[in-house]
Amino acid sequence: MKREIVKFLILALLVLVVPLLLKGGYLMNVLVFVGINTMLAVALNLLLGFAGQISLGHAAFFGIGAYCSGILTATFGLNPWHAMAVAACAGTVLAFVVGFPILKLKGHYLAMATLGLGIIVYIVFNEAVNLTGGPSGLSGIPNLSVGKTVFDSDTKNYYLIWGFTLATILLSLNLAHSRIGRALRAIHDSEVAARVMGVNARLLKVRIFALSAFISAVAGSLYAHTMTFLSPASFGFNFSVELVTMVVIGGLGSIYGSLFGAVLLTLLPEMLRTFQDYDIVVYGLILILMTMFMPGGLVRGIPAMIGAVSARRGNGGNEHA
Amino acid sequence: MELHQQILQYLLSGFSTGAIYALIGFGFAIIYNATTIINFAQGEFVMLGGMLSYFFLSVVHLPLPAAVVLAVLATTAVGIAFERLAIRPLKNATPLSLVIITIGGSILIRGLTMLIWGKDTHALPSFSGSEPIDIGGATILPQNLWIFGITIVIIVVNKLFFNYSITGKAMRACATNRRAASLVGIDVRRMVLFSFVISSAMGSMAGIIIAPLTMTAYDVGIMLGLKGFCAAIIGGLSSGFGTVLGGLLLGVLESLGAGLISSGYKDAIAFVILLLILFIRPQGLFKKADSERV
Repeated sequence: MKREIVKFLILALLVLVVPLLLKGGYLMNVLVFVGINTMLAVALNLLLGFAGQISLGHAAFFGIGAYCSGILTATFGLNPWHAMAVAACAGTVLAFVVGFPILKLKGHYLAMATLGLGIIVYIVFNEAVNLTGGPSGLSGIPNLSVGKTVFDSDTKNYYLIWGFTLATILLSLNLAHSRIGRALRAIHDSEVAARVMGVNARLLKVRIFALSAFISAVAGSLYAHTMTFLSPASFGFNFSVELVTMVVIGGLGSIYGSLFGAVLLTLLPEMLRTFQDYDIVVYGLILILMTMFMPGGLVRGIPAMIGAVSARRGNGGNEHA
Repeated sequence: MELHQQILQYLLSGFSTGAIYALIGFGFAIIYNATTIINFAQGEFVMLGGMLSYFFLSVVHLPLPAAVVLAVLATTAVGIAFERLAIRPLKNATPLSLVIITIGGSILIRGLTMLIWGKDTHALPSFSGSEPIDIGGATILPQNLWIFGITIVIIVVNKLFFNYSITGKAMRACATNRRAASLVGIDVRRMVLFSFVISSAMGSMAGIIIAPLTMTAYDVGIMLGLKGFCAAIIGGLSSGFGTVLGGLLLGVLESLGAGLISSGYKDAIAFVILLLILFIRPQGLFKKADSERV
């Protein structure tokens, strides 16, 4: 436990120091998105990595948070913080309502159902032109502010968003080491066995789904207020797949892995600007290769590989660490 | 047009897209029965059928029949490669990793297609003219008749193959019980490969016959694939009559919904139906529930 605290403090210190080294500039803007994507990846990992329940529609909750916040502030003039609270509630309530029927499904069926949910929400973003502005987007969303400080620069947004990101990581680490975290892992390994042991699997799955949606919606709200412009294209199927890729790269069930996956998948396309259209091909390859050869993700796979090489025994990655 | 003529029109166009959904649904069902994998890349086979026949027809300048045959063969080759490279090497894979792998395969195929042939939408010419045929006040295109004809032929051949040929029977045995099938000397791995061959060929054919009506592009596979899956789910993931009915039902509901309610939400209709069926009757509309083995 002590090691966990030290690890987290090192991360927090790193987050604090990085802007001083960069002194503003374009990379700060990218790091803002790294923060948002980390929140999303960690949220999805709670569901995918811990409870073992796939969601191919997580961009929907991100989008609902973003659009709720955007519409309430830009169209109805609500205070951004209040809008964020409403947005978070909206995401959570939707997850709770659809969670009960949807999480009864398993494996492929669950994947398809969440995918369907994501696409329905995406279609609504596109078609409800009166509210969302449709494909041409929603603009004029105000920045968040505390007192007289308006979060309108990359550096200010960086600290704001990474504050939320660190809180998400801390919450998830706590959850992972709690009774609930252990119960979730039991469901992952065998739902029937978990239920026999007295875990209320159904309720627990819905609750973790709702928590995951809550974090995603908050991330969406933050995204809306930093971007000040939304268009449906950011919340489509491709983004849901990108989130799954982040979690898989980092390793299912590893919180720092998700952080790593989000950093990698957000920075990589930025650095390979010339390869813009290639990124989706690369994601496809990554998903296949990682699942085949390193099912534990890079965070566990690389140490395991080094261990295997030094021990001269070929056995890459183990499912749970 | 009066209302009953409009409805007839919607029914006819619904049947024709429904036939396509049924064909795609068959592909899902065949692979599922052989492997218990839902192949998320199924829609990409459909897309490849359309894109490759466009390529052979308009870029290589082959006659249409040759282009169609080559497109089906090439897609089948992709299906075989996918099975060989991504599915067969997996041992003791969890359903979660299988989902992730087939999704990876699907976006890989889609992305490569985009890189090779670009993001443009292409039209395939109709197989035989585009003179509308009048049926009781509604009109139908010759291409619709091609769709009906080819779908019926594929369904009949499929039925004969699975019921009467030794390979077809062996594949059904694998679907019932893989272990028992391998104990009586059936090469299960070969049957899995066959299932990918049949599904990719069937999917590409569906993509080819619908391309003259709806055009084709690198990204049409997602929607078509999901709707085919929806048809297969309604049919309880059997490759029999249920999936055909499921496809037709979906096609008709979608076309009525688009015509009478809102065309913008047309695609959402299919997914609402999909969710409802998964919630209420995940075993399909026409099947009794199985008990789950632990």
